[in-house]
Amino acid sequence: MKHLRQLEDQSVYILREAYKHFDNLAMLWSMGKDSTVLLWLARKAFFGHVPFPLMHIDTSYKIPAMIEYRDRLAREWRLNLVIGQNKEALANGMNHTMGRITCCTALKTEGMKLLLEEKGYTGIILGVRADEESTRAKERYFSPRDKNNDWNFRDQPPELWDQFKTSFPPGTHIRIHPLLDWTEINIWEYIRLENIPFMDLYLDRGDGTRYRSLGCAPCTSPIQSSARTVDEIIAELQESKVAERAGRAQDEGRGMELLRKDGYM
Amino acid sequence: MITESTQALERMNIVMVGHVDHGKSTLLGRLYADTGSLPEGKLEKIQAICHQQGKEFEYAFLFDAFLEEQQQGITIDTARTFFKWEGRQYIIIDAPGHKEFLKNMVSGAARAEAALLVIDALEGVKEQSKRHGLLLSMLGVRQVTVVVNKMDLVGYRQDTFEGIEKEYREFLSQLKVTPQFVIPASAKQGDNVAQRSQRMPWHTGPTVLETLGRFSVETARKPRPLRLPLQDVYKFDARRILVGRVASGRIKVGDRVVFSPSNKTGVVQSLEAFNVDPTPLQAQSGQSIGITLDDQIFVERGEILSHEDSLPLVSTTFRANLFWLGRRPLELRRPYLVRLATREAECEISAIHRIVDATNLSGFNGEEVKTTVQRNEVADVTVRAKSPLAFDVCADFENTGRFVLVDEYDVAGGGIITEMLRDREERLRVEARQRDFAWVQGNVRSEDRATHYGHRAAVVLLIGPATTGKAFLAKKLESVLVAEGRYAYLLDAENLRRGLDADLREGDVTETVRRYGEVARLLIDTGLLVISTTNPFDLPSDQVVQAIKTLVHPAPVLTVYMSQEPGDCPSEADLAFTGPEDFDASTRQIIESLKQKGILAQALGSKPAFQYSI
Repeated sequence: MKHLRQLEDQSVYILREAYKHFDNLAMLWSMGKDSTVLLWLARKAFFGHVPFPLMHIDTSYKIPAMIEYRDRLAREWRLNLVIGQNKEALANGMNHTMGRITCCTALKTEGMKLLLEEKGYTGIILGVRADEESTRAKERYFSPRDKNNDWNFRDQPPELWDQFKTSFPPGTHIRIHPLLDWTEINIWEYIRLENIPFMDLYLDRGDGTRYRSLGCAPCTSPIQSSARTVDEIIAELQESKVAERAGRAQDEGRGMELLRKDGYM
Repeated sequence: MITESTQALERMNIVMVGHVDHGKSTLLGRLYADTGSLPEGKLEKIQAICHQQGKEFEYAFLFDAFLEEQQQGITIDTARTFFKWEGRQYIIIDAPGHKEFLKNMVSGAARAEAALLVIDALEGVKEQSKRHGLLLSMLGVRQVTVVVNKMDLVGYRQDTFEGIEKEYREFLSQLKVTPQFVIPASAKQGDNVAQRSQRMPWHTGPTVLETLGRFSVETARKPRPLRLPLQDVYKFDARRILVGRVASGRIKVGDRVVFSPSNKTGVVQSLEAFNVDPTPLQAQSGQSIGITLDDQIFVERGEILSHEDSLPLVSTTFRANLFWLGRRPLELRRPYLVRLATREAECEISAIHRIVDATNLSGFNGEEVKTTVQRNEVADVTVRAKSPLAFDVCADFENTGRFVLVDEYDVAGGGIITEMLRDREERLRVEARQRDFAWVQGNVRSEDRATHYGHRAAVVLLIGPATTGKAFLAKKLESVLVAEGRYAYLLDAENLRRGLDADLREGDVTETVRRYGEVARLLIDTGLLVISTTNPFDLPSDQVVQAIKTLVHPAPVLTVYMSQEPGDCPSEADLAFTGPEDFDASTRQIIESLKQKGILAQALGSKPAFQYSI
């Protein structure tokens, strides 16, 4: 409990810093457990309000239940939802069979880039965590992206004593990562502590499988699991030694380094 | 809400530092491998890749994620890795040892509560071993364990180990740091990492793994006075919520709090929180909170809340130890931004007293006067801000006693404050503080007056050489403002001479300025726009401006510089006019500037733009 409150205090501080310093700020929401916890933390930071738009990059291949959940929470929590989609790529038939990296780049990275250009956001809040995969382990809380959305990981800004990079040249933007220090277990512990609504795709609904990580339907596979409650998920994770994103196809090989260098989340 | 989790894991951040190639990443990889902490298949996967590429497997490959890091065999940037052991959740931060990436090492170490400092037994103590030790002490990391790695390369010899231990302990003692343990180890062979080495029976202390549990989680050692840097002010549903993270001490509902440096005061009416039942009545160090006050006072981000019996220091000037990470050298008298807790202000380095040589901790003063600090150097400097800051000495309060400097867009250095330096305004500032604490206020607040008048109270000061038309412009500005329905008043210091100042000796300029400032302060409290020239003061204008700013603080002061020749405009001027002027145009410009600063409402009848966030 105490460790969750410490994580919460740090994340809330980061969210408030982001809100103070960026006039044109948005939060990326994929409806997964992490970005939903992030959304909840925003409601904590701003006393029930969410004072910036939530971006959803719709690849059109998401599991339908995710869209229903998105629209329900948007209504109940009075969210300003902004949906981005790379329509041109979809019109040209982009899908995962054309290559997973190609597809992720076109529908997610490019889809986000198009929305950023259209809206002119200079700060984007994302729910990535350092324990997910090894390039995210090297991220800053406030991480600059250049005009082409590229991440120059060779030369990241210093970050110390809660003083973050909040000024930047025109044309560039900052990615803000309030959840970097959270682990997968912390996310579930916090969902339990705060009673945050989450999608039941994460639970075994009778067929002995559940999703551990949610993405596009064709590229995300469920895991064998009989966890039917948050308590059971936490118990399972404490025993498990399988990486969280083992079910995510784009993580194979050097996939994530290449994707993230070019602006993937 | 749901009941507490049964298992309460303690969290702790540990950083691995030391010279390049001394084996930090290898030690980390070994620690994970030997404790079964790697995800399933990770070790095998990396081993297979190495085999395929025909290179020898190294434990360091487990965390050096970037292709470039693996190819060059060095760590470029810090990685957060998660490690659970005996009831604790560690984040172990692997910091790069190469001098080139010192800013990344600093970013990693600044997040840590304890450090493992790795030294190669064969190479011994090197430059970065010492520099990292120095930076750890500056960054406030007090718990350090030293690992003498690669003992296999020196035949596990005790005398080699003891030589390094002695040398490094002596170095750390100069920084007043005592290592908790010094451990001989070989990360490559697994000696004294997770398993006790059979090859060094002479070592009776803990292994690296055991030493982790010996670091203590930092807890408040004794009750500390309150420090709460104000982060932002939100206006929701008619509530004005002040938010921030408690840097030290405790705050309770009912507490009377003081804001520094504005000297405003208020009583905490409530603590605000979302999805917390019942609403909390107090908060302590580390918590991100929201409070409401009994009175709607106007305060801004950057002020520090405290109790009245333990105020932070306030000055424009302080002495500090600073490390510089900028792309270009730190230069005397160049403009920088200082960021101290949530406050940001323009500043300059007014003196560089010495550069600290990290390898022997001495300063080389010599004949030459230093005017720059190079990248990765540590220096003892004086920082002077353009406006007064609230702060503490770092030895007393860590969070409000340290700062970073921003050069253009980048955080380029960090420092810890060692001493407050008194500036010229110190006496007036103390006077203003005493006066403001004791100020008796009616029921009408300054916000009410501002809403009523359509503007905030402010001072417009016209400065510059004689016969440039300052008095003419001042009168014109007053007329135009009043004609537009604003409440403005020309306060000419000449008018004080025969009356309020009648008892003063000729030439008592500092007292003349002080009295003028106090009169201006009273008029400010009535909500007026006070206009004046500095003609009657026989003092350099920057001194007059600073003195008046100090006495009317925190009311805004707009300074307008007028001259016949272009150039040599003082840096404190907000506006400058040269030569024969179109006085109508100048008046318009001043009024525009007042609007931009949120002093005048954009349209008459509308509310002035207070910088509330929401």
